[in-house]
Amino acid sequence: MEELVNLFHGFAVALQPFNIMVMVLGIVLGVLIGVLPGLGGANGVAILLPLTFSMPPTSAIIMLSCIYWGALFGGAITSILFNIPGEPWSVATTFDGYPMAQQGKAGEALTAAFTSSFVGALFAVIMITLVAPLVASFALQFGPAEKFAVYFLAFCSFVGLSKEPPFKTIAAMMIGFALAAVGLDSITGQLRLTFGVTHLLNGFDFLIAVIGLFGIGEILLTMEEGLAFRGGSAKINLRVVLQTWKELPKYWVTSIRSCVIGCWMGITPAGATPASFMSYGIAKRVSKNGSNFGKGEVEGVVAPETAAHAAGTAALLPMLSLGVPGSPTAAVLLGGLLIWGLQPGPMLFVEQKEFVWGLIASMYLGNLVGLIVVLTCVPVFAAILRVPFSIIAPLILVLCAIGAYSVHSSTFDVVLMLVFGVIGYLLKKCNYPLAPLVLAIVLGDKAEEAFRQSLLGSQGSLGIFFSNTLVSSIMILGLIALFWSVIQQGYTRLRAATA
Amino acid sequence: MKHAAHTALGALAALCTVGISVPAIAAWEPVRPVEFIVPAGTGGGADQMARTIQGIVTKHSLMKQPLVVINKSGGAGGEGFLDLKGSGGNPHKIIITLSNLFTTPLATGIPFNWKDLTPVTMLALDEFVLWVNAEKPYKTAKEYIDAVKAAPAGSMKMGGTGSKQEDQIITVAVEKATGSKFTYIPYKGGGEVAVQLVGNHVDSTVNNPIEAVAQWRGGKLRPLCVFDAQPMSYDEQVADGKSWKDIPTCKSQGLDMEYLMLRGIFMSPRATKDQIEYYVELFKKVRATPEWQDFMKSGAFNTTSLTGAEYAKWVEVEEKRHEALMKDAGFLAAAGN
Repeated sequence: MEELVNLFHGFAVALQPFNIMVMVLGIVLGVLIGVLPGLGGANGVAILLPLTFSMPPTSAIIMLSCIYWGALFGGAITSILFNIPGEPWSVATTFDGYPMAQQGKAGEALTAAFTSSFVGALFAVIMITLVAPLVASFALQFGPAEKFAVYFLAFCSFVGLSKEPPFKTIAAMMIGFALAAVGLDSITGQLRLTFGVTHLLNGFDFLIAVIGLFGIGEILLTMEEGLAFRGGSAKINLRVVLQTWKELPKYWVTSIRSCVIGCWMGITPAGATPASFMSYGIAKRVSKNGSNFGKGEVEGVVAPETAAHAAGTAALLPMLSLGVPGSPTAAVLLGGLLIWGLQPGPMLFVEQKEFVWGLIASMYLGNLVGLIVVLTCVPVFAAILRVPFSIIAPLILVLCAIGAYSVHSSTFDVVLMLVFGVIGYLLKKCNYPLAPLVLAIVLGDKAEEAFRQSLLGSQGSLGIFFSNTLVSSIMILGLIALFWSVIQQGYTRLRAATA
Repeated sequence: MKHAAHTALGALAALCTVGISVPAIAAWEPVRPVEFIVPAGTGGGADQMARTIQGIVTKHSLMKQPLVVINKSGGAGGEGFLDLKGSGGNPHKIIITLSNLFTTPLATGIPFNWKDLTPVTMLALDEFVLWVNAEKPYKTAKEYIDAVKAAPAGSMKMGGTGSKQEDQIITVAVEKATGSKFTYIPYKGGGEVAVQLVGNHVDSTVNNPIEAVAQWRGGKLRPLCVFDAQPMSYDEQVADGKSWKDIPTCKSQGLDMEYLMLRGIFMSPRATKDQIEYYVELFKKVRATPEWQDFMKSGAFNTTSLTGAEYAKWVEVEEKRHEALMKDAGFLAAAGN
């Protein structure tokens, strides 16, 4: 009950006119940041952080978290329209979002994405409101072994649940692992595979790879097909929004499943990216429209977007209650908290009630405001597709180049992006899936680190991955996911034999 | 009216000062935005300090040009150092350093030495404290070290930030000083290390005060000793009726090891005297602000500050010490690299 009282007090704080103004401003800035590939939520928040130093801490965190929500919404826009994910967790949205846009259903795809994001975030905020104190102790159970188990589950569900030939998936994933290994080996402190090239010290940044593989690769493919940009017939009025809304409740099972996956992955320090991939993979396998996934299925947009947003929101909880940021953006927000003199940790909920509950209330309001802002803009975004390809393609190229450059302010990255573009084109031509490659670049080094930390702790024994109920159940789930097709086949045969 | 007169008088006074002082110091000032490079990731100790400085500079309008924080964390900070090394004669680039100024070139063999840069000023020194989980029975450093020695070699786990960097150097030095043996487990960031200790995934850490203070106040962690020659100077109560000052030195506990981490500023090679002077003055102003004092207090920093030749000399001594410590630990990069 005390939580509810606190929450209402929080709403009173968040509803002050100045805070509402800050909220709208934050959302608009966030959407802009999300639309520009490469700029990303973390960079955006870092750049705008100094703006907030003169504000009271509560207004400042409201503004920054609204930039974060805005960026989460905005990331979906370029994924759907141009096949260029702005953030790691938007990659899975491209799988069905972009085909929908090509079929002239950009409006539907955008509406579905935005609405699902809102549903995911709302679910996560309600969870935060109700179980904040309990969740903190759950997250503490996650040592390196448990973390590795979560990554293992993400990889396995991708291999086992994908409709692509498993060996092509594994091959693509291995290329991703190899790329992820470049740079500093964080366990031994040695440089690996850099060949003395200074630019490679930092390894391959995920964003550069993705902008190249998806964005540039797609432009090359489209050029080959004769400069036709499909999707020009997109309906561009607000009726589309209402029509899509009528359809969405059909996917309630997917929504709830994705919400749960998202929250779980957000609280465990795995984050939004594995959440969106896992949610997409499972939806593809479980849904009765599963075979249409990848060809422009609304459900294929709903699943990853809901999970990503739920995870992105839930990730703020470990940051506030433990001081461990669940995402790069959360890490920058954490820096902000310290500058305002707030020490994240178990005492924050006790000592800074007004701040914490003001923030939680602003999550409700910020997401609502965000939904309204982006939905009213759907026709505008969809109209972009009417611009002829010969005009829009150079613009996208420029946008990609700016995005790649802004990640590390380095021209080398722009060249790298073009190289990835060619690789992406070739892989697509040979029918290798790109998603597992990207998943491995994003999570590869984290998984490796967790794996080796676990083995250091257990002095080399693999038994650590089955040493308690939590870690063994996640590992077993992973193994089931990996061999799912085999299990299913065996089951069918067994039934046939007994019948 | 009175207010207006006051302002006019102030403006006149300012004009006079400017009129007199400009020719006197022939001051150099940045004419472009200044890049403030952090050779570490976002959210870590150096990053927090850099962003605090950026906030202070903005809030008090200490610079006419903006100060832009840029993270170049690749290769344990090597990316940032090499960038600065390659920007000789560009006075619009400064870098905040941590111990990786020494450890990164020594451990990875990248072609860089602090002498490639121009030392500006030491801002503060960061303390290291030995922490254990508050549920554990160890009340003093001696009790804990005895328990480590009694356990099978390598079965006790020390968590720390990075590999072959300050946390692991301290761990190895503790092993040498006491004849104990830990298994060192490297993590990405200090906050994560502290949480791993709270969750009992490691047995102890050597977190900086700012990384672990929240967990201490939450009653989850217990500080055993500080790796400094004197106890820290902050006597305000933090947790369990104890202040930072109440934490004994490790030396007094029979653990003869001192380690402090440099938080200092360097600029690009071939800087002129005027340019160095400008930044020295700027950071003097930063250090005088109440926000900086608060920041020092929240992280229980050692507020020693040096500039000029003294600073360069301090860095040189530290470099020798790191080389010796890392050589002992077998952390040096293979020769011919």
